[in-house]
Amino acid sequence: MQKLARCLGALLAVLAAVLLATPAVAQGSGETVNGTLTYQDAPVAGVTISVASADGTEIGTAQTAADGTWAVPVPGPGDYSVTLDAATLPPTAPGVVRETIETTVNPQQRKVVLFRIGAPETGGEQPSPSESAPSEGESEAPGGTESGSGAESEAGQDLTATGGNNQLLQLFVSGLRFGLILGLAGLGLSLVFGTTGLTNFSHGELIVFGAVAALLLNQAGVPILLAAVLATILSALFGWGQDRGFWRPLRKKPTGLIALMIISIGVSLILRYLTQFIIGGGRETYDEYTYQDPISIGPVSITPRDLIIMGICVVLLAAVALALTRTRMGKATRAVADNPALAAASGINVDRVITVVWTVGTGLAGLSGIFFGMIQGVDYLMGMRILLLVFAATVLGGLGTAWGAMVGALVVGIFIEVSAYVVPSELKTAGVLVVLILILLVRPQGILGRRERVG
Amino acid sequence: MDWGNILELSLRELIGVQAIVFALAAIGINVQFGYTGLLNFGQAAFAAVGGYGIAVIVTTYDMSFWLGLVVGVVGAIILALLLGIPTLRLRADYLAIVTIAASEIVRLVGRSASGRDIFGGSDGITGFSRAFYDLNPFTEPFSFGPFEFRERVLWVLVVGWSLVAICTLVVWLLMRSPWGRVLKGIREDEDAVRSLGKNVYAYKMQSLVIGGVIGALAGIVYSLFQGAMQPDVYATNFTFFAYAILILGGAATVFGPVLGAAIMWFSFQFIDLALRGAIQQDYIPSWLMDSNDVGAVRFMLTGVVLVLLLVFRPQGILGDRREIALDAR
Repeated sequence: MQKLARCLGALLAVLAAVLLATPAVAQGSGETVNGTLTYQDAPVAGVTISVASADGTEIGTAQTAADGTWAVPVPGPGDYSVTLDAATLPPTAPGVVRETIETTVNPQQRKVVLFRIGAPETGGEQPSPSESAPSEGESEAPGGTESGSGAESEAGQDLTATGGNNQLLQLFVSGLRFGLILGLAGLGLSLVFGTTGLTNFSHGELIVFGAVAALLLNQAGVPILLAAVLATILSALFGWGQDRGFWRPLRKKPTGLIALMIISIGVSLILRYLTQFIIGGGRETYDEYTYQDPISIGPVSITPRDLIIMGICVVLLAAVALALTRTRMGKATRAVADNPALAAASGINVDRVITVVWTVGTGLAGLSGIFFGMIQGVDYLMGMRILLLVFAATVLGGLGTAWGAMVGALVVGIFIEVSAYVVPSELKTAGVLVVLILILLVRPQGILGRRERVG
Repeated sequence: MDWGNILELSLRELIGVQAIVFALAAIGINVQFGYTGLLNFGQAAFAAVGGYGIAVIVTTYDMSFWLGLVVGVVGAIILALLLGIPTLRLRADYLAIVTIAASEIVRLVGRSASGRDIFGGSDGITGFSRAFYDLNPFTEPFSFGPFEFRERVLWVLVVGWSLVAICTLVVWLLMRSPWGRVLKGIREDEDAVRSLGKNVYAYKMQSLVIGGVIGALAGIVYSLFQGAMQPDVYATNFTFFAYAILILGGAATVFGPVLGAAIMWFSFQFIDLALRGAIQQDYIPSWLMDSNDVGAVRFMLTGVVLVLLLVFRPQGILGDRREIALDAR
């Protein structure tokens, strides 16, 4: 182990040296705008591309070379607009997705601008599925600007940007809100893991299910509050049906836990792209409660909607906690989580407990999805984004414990928002995941987990 | 609908670059998951590190292409060590969660605006593949029956399939060696292997590193072929695809990943073109789906295939039911 650590240190030092070595001194200031034009994996030659500065003065033009590359030197850092002359495209190409791309060139940067050849954009923010990317349907429009990265915004980003006079406290409160909703989302995952041992990779899609069900009802004319209630019930039914119709037969078969885990990945792919099939690739919002004027409570400003959401979360989390400790069903659930065989031997109907856990867990996940949808809007990738945070929360708190999921979610929620104080907001998810890995190093059983749970 | 054309284009994918890339990624997972039972859900991160190695060294720092290759591979080794040290002593699902988290960290850092000067932000990096294509010995397109491959593609195909062949050979040799038998032993019963005096942790680490390096090769081939390194290609779906391919072909088999990749990309292309054709000819009503939905349908089918395989034929096409990793710890 020590030897290993030393090797690692040496390797890191070498890598750091390589990475930090300053690039060969650039000639002059050396800013250029350049790129490679390809279509169906073959370079496209002889296409004219022109660059103009922000005030419209033409800087230069270039023709793509035989290997599809082109470059236009620019006088210095600043904003430029790059235009592809679609008339010079070869007749086989259907057109260019976006003819003009705005871009910002930093000092000494060789700015890459990529035009995508395809049917011209018809408007709307729908990301067109890329032909060449092997895996993702989310490939975004080839903008060279910051706005291009808007196609995937961070979980927890708020459309209703609240301004506060005390930024740190403000971040803390939005972290609390995020953590509470995350706790609601994570309970199902944690309880299902506790009772069945399944690490459910399709849990993110259960969250999306609620959001999408509410969205579809809402678009059909049902007021959003009623739609939210109906969608939560639908989610619970979906959870019940999923357990009875799918997971229970698999458990009886019997199927190994790792096979079940990979099956859940398949389920998540099906549900995620079914969602894309139904609502498309863009981001949708409900027709009410997407924006409210914040009210001030002391130094913090918060919208009434968020206050009510937080209230509902607190009530539901407390209810689940009470149910787990006070009711027969709750005690049975904890007994099954502790030792299914022993629970069955003492007369507990394990299958019934698991079905209840699936039903309640999916219902709560669906409700949390509706809350996320009110705050950030609904898109088909939100499940994937939230899933990793839910994993972080449950692992942090201790996999399989209900309390752990709640505590972990609060920690993750508050950390992710407050870290925006120091970390660029686009990296805050990455920050949480780093913390997750670090915590596993020192306390693998999580904050509240018990030592023997870890193999 | 032009079935001849559809079939021809699909057959190209059978040996296409995508098939190479995913065959390599799946071979890597096969070493880790198929033979050792390690659930690495972060193969995308290894591929991304390989791709970034070349792209950053050549384009950002203007250094040699060969150094880029070395940095890509060494980066994958370091990533494997970083991930393995905290998690290889823990239960399998911890490794799964940590690796999937790591693959998102790599992607998010790569596409972040603050690292734009080094990693190129969400647009990625281009302009690093010239040295590779300068080595291209082919000067004219190659024709074979109705198929014609341009010299650039031909060069990538030759290099890529050679890499696949080498990796397959290496895996075959490793797995019939005593070292490979220890790996399979770890998959079947870790405690039994430990009680024989083997350092299970070290073996797992070696397996993670080897699989990761093969994964990095996948990223290198893909970004050289594209001439661009784009972070969003290496999202978690990349990993899930490689798993689907491995399980389709047969985990813990030497040729499983290669066969799986070829079949997967053939059927992907075929379904894609057939659906698009059917939509154009109005065989599929436009209220049901339009050509924008074809991508989503393909992904759904991947999910369906993954579920059906694991339920009904977990050993895949080539696998042996008595030797599958799926019920390991």
